[in-house]
Amino acid sequence: MQKAKKLRALAVVVPTVLIASLLSGTFTTGATAADSGMGPGPKKKAATFAVGSLIDYTKQPYTPKAYASAAKVKDGTQDCSYHNTSMKDYSGQKITVLAPPPPNMGEPMEQHGAMFAKLTGGKVIVQHVPVGDLYPKQQTAFQTGVSPWDVVVNFSNWIGDFQQYYYDIPTKYTSGNGELASMLPLYKGIYSWNGKTKFFGIDADRHFLKYRTDVIEDPAAAAFYKDKTGKTLEVPKTWAEYNLMASTFNGYKPKGQPAGTAFAGSSEITKRDDLMSTAFINRVAPYAKNPNVKTGFWFDKNMVPQVNNPGFVQGLTDFVASAKYWPQGGGNFGLSDEITSYGRGDSLFSYTWDDAWSQSNQSDSPIVGKVKAAPNPGAEKVWNSETKKWDTPAGGVNRAPYIAWGWSSSIPVASKNKQMALDFLCFFANKANHAIDLTIGRTGVNPSRTEDFTTDFWVKGLGWSTEATQSWIDTMNNYSTAKNRVFDLRVPGNGQFMGAIADGVALALAGQKTPQAALDEVAAKWVEILNTIGKDKVKAAYQNVLKLENS
Amino acid sequence: MTSKFYKRLFLLPGLLLLIAIIIFPLLFTIRVSMANWNVSHSGLDWAGGANWARMFHDVNFWSSLFRLFYFSFITTTLQYILGFTAAMYAWKGFASRRFFRVLWLVPLMTTPSVMAIVWRSIFREDIGAANGLLSKIGIDPIAWSTQIFPATVTITIAEVWQWTPFMFLILLAGLLSLPKEQFLSAEIDGATPWRTFWSITFPLMAPISIGAIIIRLIEASKIFDSIFNLTSAGPGNSTETPAYYLYTRGLREFQISYGATMGLMYLILAILTLTILGQIFARVSKPRGI
Repeated sequence: MQKAKKLRALAVVVPTVLIASLLSGTFTTGATAADSGMGPGPKKKAATFAVGSLIDYTKQPYTPKAYASAAKVKDGTQDCSYHNTSMKDYSGQKITVLAPPPPNMGEPMEQHGAMFAKLTGGKVIVQHVPVGDLYPKQQTAFQTGVSPWDVVVNFSNWIGDFQQYYYDIPTKYTSGNGELASMLPLYKGIYSWNGKTKFFGIDADRHFLKYRTDVIEDPAAAAFYKDKTGKTLEVPKTWAEYNLMASTFNGYKPKGQPAGTAFAGSSEITKRDDLMSTAFINRVAPYAKNPNVKTGFWFDKNMVPQVNNPGFVQGLTDFVASAKYWPQGGGNFGLSDEITSYGRGDSLFSYTWDDAWSQSNQSDSPIVGKVKAAPNPGAEKVWNSETKKWDTPAGGVNRAPYIAWGWSSSIPVASKNKQMALDFLCFFANKANHAIDLTIGRTGVNPSRTEDFTTDFWVKGLGWSTEATQSWIDTMNNYSTAKNRVFDLRVPGNGQFMGAIADGVALALAGQKTPQAALDEVAAKWVEILNTIGKDKVKAAYQNVLKLENS
Repeated sequence: MTSKFYKRLFLLPGLLLLIAIIIFPLLFTIRVSMANWNVSHSGLDWAGGANWARMFHDVNFWSSLFRLFYFSFITTTLQYILGFTAAMYAWKGFASRRFFRVLWLVPLMTTPSVMAIVWRSIFREDIGAANGLLSKIGIDPIAWSTQIFPATVTITIAEVWQWTPFMFLILLAGLLSLPKEQFLSAEIDGATPWRTFWSITFPLMAPISIGAIIIRLIEASKIFDSIFNLTSAGPGNSTETPAYYLYTRGLREFQISYGATMGLMYLILAILTLTILGQIFARVSKPRGI
């Protein structure tokens, strides 16, 4: 009787407590992660790798096909060289790395992880998840106050969402004899938050123009263009010129066109949920980033979204117009489609990450030797969000390169073995590994350090033509010193803000809404997002973006 | 008393499991829907009905529901017609019918997301097999995923291909279990095959058909794999369904509370719609003597 009573009482009490706890908010999640310390660190041991030896990437514990044909590279002299790493004893210790699947970042993480384990005796477990899961997995773990990983691979535009969960990278890695010391100041800035380095920079990115030289530099094509438009054919300085050339040469047959491949004007990223918002940013940047306005590209000083101002609308109008000159299926291209399409010779132009460039310069590319790089087009007018008028830029063209996000990595504050994680990342990014990863397109590692910006490295290492390589390096140097640049919206809720852009741009590209109506809807959503996340919180974070924009 | 106690005790594991996997998640989702859990705020604070109010004004959510009604209705209808036709053939018998019965089940045995990727390569506008075949017979390439109507057709084809075998299987099982007497009487009375079908087979199959349609409608209401892989809900938002919209808002953008709110509304509407449909189907089938 007593037992039955107790059971009945329990049946009432347990659900009641449960429901009451839920409603009262007792079940809360931990928003901040406690620092779990640096971990035991390494013991010292005798070096197993001689100073300055040649590193044979074909004879490492994990050698994927891409590395099997890699050249031998001489070990560096920095803190995390093979020699210095081989003096660290991590036996009995392990770290877990959250990374995307191979090849992009997943493959080099496995490759260098296995070698780090061999040199130090520690264990490196690489946990692969699809790229789309990197964000939600981290967000879920960090919001609940834990981190199953010691190293996470991420994108630098997430800094506003995650910076509070990431450990500050000590300055010894970014200066002096540190592996990241030679990274260009532009990229050091991207990997920092309020003056502290939050990302271990293993890659750096930017968007730039790729054009076919067998059209732009061909006298017959120039004559054809002159005849059709009355204008001189040259590398497009503005998006208007870009569109005009793309439309004129859509269906043209360049001299070096691969057999059986139709020729179109432009291969772009247009798939709604596959980075299309980044293509849009390129299109609007020179129309909406005014060098005389220091109050922001994305918001004004009162945090009013600028995403529907006439500059943005003009950029989107150009983007919509270019749909007529895309290759077959070009309206549903994600990043990988854009790379493949341009690499196989579908189009005259393309303008996002370095990948399409690397693809078209590979020895097996059907358009090898027929592509050059240039800064992305500018605009003949630029919107002034303070005077609410169009300005005519000095020199006739306003340039505003977009320094897009790239792969990066961090160490969660909650990691219990931060020292080993730091040593691993530092080894991953050492001079030799960085050099070899740069030469293998599929690793996802792109130039970011002073030594990467030399023609010889690419011409001798990869057999690229001097002229083409020089055009690429000139473009990157141009971006490094440019004074009017656009950066990602590195604030909390970046995914939501960019998601709203993708929704709106997709509606305009599909013809379901006019560019103005679509962007008005985006602006309304941005106000909603601001209210949800907190205007002050976003404003405070936005100051970091402004610092970069005005640098 | 002791025996009653033990009887209840035996129920306990099932009850605990029920609480753990259904009651608690449901209550938790309701609670989350009344909080502000998002990308920058992880606590379960109290937001009252703010998310619910936002959802009622969210045009994209409601338009995705209308699109779902379209996809569910069209795909289930086509699956039913094709599945019934195939089941009739298999029931009546023809050469190698056992082989074809197994062959029909192949789509059902493949993973939906894998099949969606295969369909994507078939419907790729630049190098896909569909446009390749069309060009062989002199038809211009179709913008399978970049124009609104063809994109809708693409999703419909993928869904119908994948799930028609399910209808076939259920309906064939129903046909094989029908009593033989009515068919013998009809044959003696000289009824035509068409008359036999309309007056005997179809009415007798009504309860099984209703069950199969309801199960398919429940499944179709969750349509995601094909949309995610084939069109990414585009062009524009023309193929966006609630499951995709929820995934984008809730998981990709980490609007946890708002995603929970939409999930609950989706659940309520699904229960209501399917209950009403079940009632309508039951009434419609009654006058035919079932």
